[in-house]
Amino acid sequence: MTTVEKTGNRRLTAEELEAFGAEMDVIRQRIVADLGEDDAAYIYNIVKKQRAFEIAGRSLYYLPVIGWVPAVACLSISKILDNMEIGHNVMHGQYDWMGDPDLNSRMFEWDTMAPSENWKYGHNYMHHTFTNIVGKDRDVGYGILRMDEDQEWRPYYLGNPIYAFLLMTFFEWGVAMHDLEVDELVAGRRTWAENKEIGARILRKVKEQTLKDYVLFPLLTGPLAPLTFAGNFTANIIRNLWTFNIIFCGHFPAGVASFSQEECEDETQGHWYYRQLLGSANITGGRLFHIMSGNLSYQIEHHLFPDLPARRYPEIAEEVREICERYDLAYNTGPLHKQLFGVFKKICRFALPDRKSSDAAPAGAAPAIEEVAA
Amino acid sequence: MALDLGGRILRSRTVAALASPHGIDRYLTQINPMLAAHEVRARIVDIHPEVSAPGAPRVATVTLQPTSTWRGHRAGQHVSVGIDTGEGRRTTRVFTVSNTESKPGDPLTITVRAHDDEDATPYSISKYLTERATVGTLVHLSQAEGDFVLPHHVPEHIVLISGGSGITPVMSMLRSLQRRTHRGKVTFLHWAPSAERQIYAEELEEIRGQGHGVDLHIMHTADGAPYLSPALLEKLVPGYRDLPTWVCGPESLIEATQAAYDGTESLHVEYFKPPRSGGVAGGEMTFSTTGKTVANDGATILDQAEAAGLSPEHGCRMGICFSCTANKSSGLVRNVLTGETSELPDEQIRICVSTPEGDCAVDL
Ligand code: FES
Repeated sequence: MTTVEKTGNRRLTAEELEAFGAEMDVIRQRIVADLGEDDAAYIYNIVKKQRAFEIAGRSLYYLPVIGWVPAVACLSISKILDNMEIGHNVMHGQYDWMGDPDLNSRMFEWDTMAPSENWKYGHNYMHHTFTNIVGKDRDVGYGILRMDEDQEWRPYYLGNPIYAFLLMTFFEWGVAMHDLEVDELVAGRRTWAENKEIGARILRKVKEQTLKDYVLFPLLTGPLAPLTFAGNFTANIIRNLWTFNIIFCGHFPAGVASFSQEECEDETQGHWYYRQLLGSANITGGRLFHIMSGNLSYQIEHHLFPDLPARRYPEIAEEVREICERYDLAYNTGPLHKQLFGVFKKICRFALPDRKSSDAAPAGAAPAIEEVAA
Repeated sequence: MALDLGGRILRSRTVAALASPHGIDRYLTQINPMLAAHEVRARIVDIHPEVSAPGAPRVATVTLQPTSTWRGHRAGQHVSVGIDTGEGRRTTRVFTVSNTESKPGDPLTITVRAHDDEDATPYSISKYLTERATVGTLVHLSQAEGDFVLPHHVPEHIVLISGGSGITPVMSMLRSLQRRTHRGKVTFLHWAPSAERQIYAEELEEIRGQGHGVDLHIMHTADGAPYLSPALLEKLVPGYRDLPTWVCGPESLIEATQAAYDGTESLHVEYFKPPRSGGVAGGEMTFSTTGKTVANDGATILDQAEAAGLSPEHGCRMGICFSCTANKSSGLVRNVLTGETSELPDEQIRICVSTPEGDCAVDL
């Protein structure tokens, strides 16, 4: 199984890969040298807004009836900002250079069920190192879904769309449980002992999260407690739906390449960049949309440079696109509805066993990308 | 009283649970940076130049009004001071508190000498404090730390020895003793390059004038004053070996003092800066993440990494802030502060105070 067959991408020679990697390194060095006041001001501003939305959200519950919808809206925005533009990016170490412990990857904790420490292992290490290598990157299907034809079909996968729907709704729980690698446990490749610490962390975090959203803040609103409870629940679900959709658009729309373990053995830095590029997909949109998605709408740039401040991705993207054109590589991007449709199609298609003729290009392969990228 | 109640509520477990996972200070600081429940921050309320002799680095005493969370300090202790010195970066350095022992919420002073040799931020923190900072500048603080302190019950006769800016903790001790109206005797020996470069000159003169049991000897090396030796000590402080003594200053002074005291238990030592090298050279120092290898020259791992072109995260460079912690995968390292060695694989070490002995690999 090679990337060529799957995506119609040109396979680069070793020299080309090296040159391609060097070009990426240059971008990286330039941005690193340029980090400064504006980046700090940006993230401080986002943090300020997030805190303001949260306080507004929690306060608006005191206005019965008219306050509820705006309260939920503010709280959802706060949670989305906290998870996406702040949490995810800070924990990638994007702001470690600032020397501010509040924005330090080793110390940050976010407003979701998954404890940062567990998540950083599964995400920063496993997912970002082994991006889209089937069998290694646990984000390919999250151990629940079948998202790639290299994952062998089993009747269990007939439920793919249902699992996806549930995962979307309760995404924060899914992400928290993800680190337990339950599927590996069931398969006997992982022991309960290995999960002890991870599980304890999850329990602690779940307790903290439920205590504030479902006990303390509702209690503080006295007779309005049930409404506050329902509001917090809704805000959490809205955040889940949003993050799931943004994240699934990052790696599963049509035309994204996956890789086999063999082809990534002894990988060079150039090939690593190449794999990050082809294994990711962007979403087009306005500035506000990018902020709300933590700039993960620039998933390609994020995967190429996971520890550079996300606000830099738009400027990096122009260069990356230009480089892709020169190397004749696909740059997978498109509006949200288009990318979502691609994801949705994959979820449904891989629920079923593969069709016999493997020659036929899978739905929405290479041509689709070019069309979108054009 | 009301304030205290407020503080207790803010520090309560319920408030912590409500603010989870960010902590209440993350919200308070958005309202006013001087509001805090746990962290310590401070505003500069005064900057007073101590020395500005031509050719000599500037020295200034900076007075800080801390948040109510400041728990006070004992004479001789230090704090980490973090300042945003530009380009969005915060730098942290350690300074001794120089005023008399403080109580919770009390102002504190640090006396800072402008160093050129601090690393490549646009401004080193000491330069920033002595040249650019203004009244109103906000700084981040730690609580006071360190056990270079006087005992609660101060003995009849004590000796204080300092050199250069090592005078700050010792001065804090002297000032505190005076406030406590210590009835015993204090012999204070201080070495400075010259009279123009003498920190706290006026105050020292005043103390000398008052007598009050303080026996003051200030030696200016530029004027040919003798350096510390057993003979000099014996002359100025007969029987010094048995007297409880606190010494702080540059390495050479500490070494001379240690030699003169010859292992007696009465000596308390504070390095003004951690000893720079002192490690054993030889073998290879490997930085595994970046794949760089250099010949181990015996300097601290942080110094060696920087010399090799890496820029590992760090703060105080004195083993206090833990921001330089890295994983050592193999090799024997010596802690330059304590002299302890350890060679466990996969250890978290503070690279600013660890020197490798022989082959060593660190994930940097
Ligand atoms: S830099 Fe502060 S402990 Fe090493």
